[in-house]
Amino acid sequence: MDYFLFSVAAIIAVVSAVLVIVQRNPMHSALYLIITLLCIAVLYLQLSAQFVAAVQVIVYAGAIMVLFLFVLMLLDQENPIDTPSTLRYQNPVAAVMGLLLLVELLFLSARAQPPAVLTSGAPGSSPGFPGSVESVAESMFTRYLFPFELTSVLLLIGMVGVIVLAKRKL
Amino acid sequence: MTLTGIAEFIASFFGLPGSSSVWIVAVLAAAILLGFMLLTVLILIYVLRKLLGKIQARLGPTRTGPKGIFQTAADALKLLIKEDTIPVKADRRVFIVAPILVFVPAYLVYVVVPFGEGNHFIAKDLNIGLLYIVAVSSINVIGVVLAGWASENKYSLLGGMRSAAQLISYEVPQALAVLGPVMLAESLSMQDIVKAQGEGLFSWFIFRSLPLLGFIVFLVASMAEINHVPFDLPEGESELVAGFNVEYSGMRFAFFMLAEFAASFTICAIAATLFLGGWHSPIRGFLDNGWWTVFWFFLKSSALVCLLMWIRATYPRVRVDQLMEFGWKLMIPLALFNVLVVGLYVALGKGG
Repeated sequence: MDYFLFSVAAIIAVVSAVLVIVQRNPMHSALYLIITLLCIAVLYLQLSAQFVAAVQVIVYAGAIMVLFLFVLMLLDQENPIDTPSTLRYQNPVAAVMGLLLLVELLFLSARAQPPAVLTSGAPGSSPGFPGSVESVAESMFTRYLFPFELTSVLLLIGMVGVIVLAKRKL
Repeated sequence: MTLTGIAEFIASFFGLPGSSSVWIVAVLAAAILLGFMLLTVLILIYVLRKLLGKIQARLGPTRTGPKGIFQTAADALKLLIKEDTIPVKADRRVFIVAPILVFVPAYLVYVVVPFGEGNHFIAKDLNIGLLYIVAVSSINVIGVVLAGWASENKYSLLGGMRSAAQLISYEVPQALAVLGPVMLAESLSMQDIVKAQGEGLFSWFIFRSLPLLGFIVFLVASMAEINHVPFDLPEGESELVAGFNVEYSGMRFAFFMLAEFAASFTICAIAATLFLGGWHSPIRGFLDNGWWTVFWFFLKSSALVCLLMWIRATYPRVRVDQLMEFGWKLMIPLALFNVLVVGLYVALGKGG
């Protein structure tokens, strides 16, 4: 059963991820990206990482993708910008990086053990599972407290930067 | 007779293996919830029209059936047999998907609504219940935005853009207001949150720590989330014809209406669960078990539904800039203040 669900979610995720890049219409790409993100949330659920799954849906599908759509709606669909990209070296660099990532992933998956969560059977409400609300909160507010607080400063800097760029006169 | 019992009976009747009864339970529960949702929407629309009529010193529907009770059924039937038009220039695929994206989240929220005590009156008591609600209801924005965009219509596009800005802004205070009950109950499960309010009227989370503030912020933010009246800018008919759903007709339009009314019931149910003690009776131990819990739950939710209808009849629509100022400069600071005070209360209470 778990295996069946995993296969379905994984296949849909991969197929729609491919569709994201082959679509000509940016709006359709965004839609397929949403499907991919939702399928990844299902995979998180299967790893008993309920908190991560919920946050995946809230942050990515609910907030970030809506901002994407918001920007895409402002684009002129009939006259897309056709000027050649100014970043000429982008494509070869992207190809090399993508290949590197693929090799890394293959290498890791070849030697990795299946996570303990999958082998120990029943996924459920046990708070000890990595990715449950309790364990995420505990590691975030004890072991990783300093990086966590630093991230908030980083986000604040990002916001201030955007406001300074958008409003030359404050 | 429980749902599991019925499922086992069906499984044995058709000679299915015993393990399939889990699936039959799931399908039955889904069907019951869908039926319940459609029924509430039918009733809500009728009550809304009657109540609005009373408030505006007129009668409301009277013609179809005694006191007009079949009016919504007739309207629904009319919508079903109306022609389903898709504009020529519209993006067909997205146009068709959008109403479904709005409807499905509104339906999915019902999974964790605790209608009464125990496991019989809730489809599934998820241990991340509240997070699930926040997550699922954040999907419907996408549907509204896509509906506005796919119609190839200036008005619907404007409606869709307004709604994107509005829903993202008000999701923040809504999620922050929810934190109060979560901290007090120390759980995200809906049933646990209700159980933490079992000591009668003054143990309800609306009166604990910082009275009223969390409840009001939650209710107002939720009203903005479901485009309820003072915040119905995405469909403001005086400026945008009908907003994001101008081009929709027939069944597809009905999906938007269904989702809207179903959502207005669910936010009342969730507000009752989080702040008004859910299915607990106001007096400790008084009629506080079995089917009575269902009665209390529906009494509280219906009272809130009527409050929302009253607000609908009373307040004029806010302007776009007022909406943004209200959300970011008032609601979010208030919600943060509430989180701070409740957090202090819980921390001090634990420390002794």
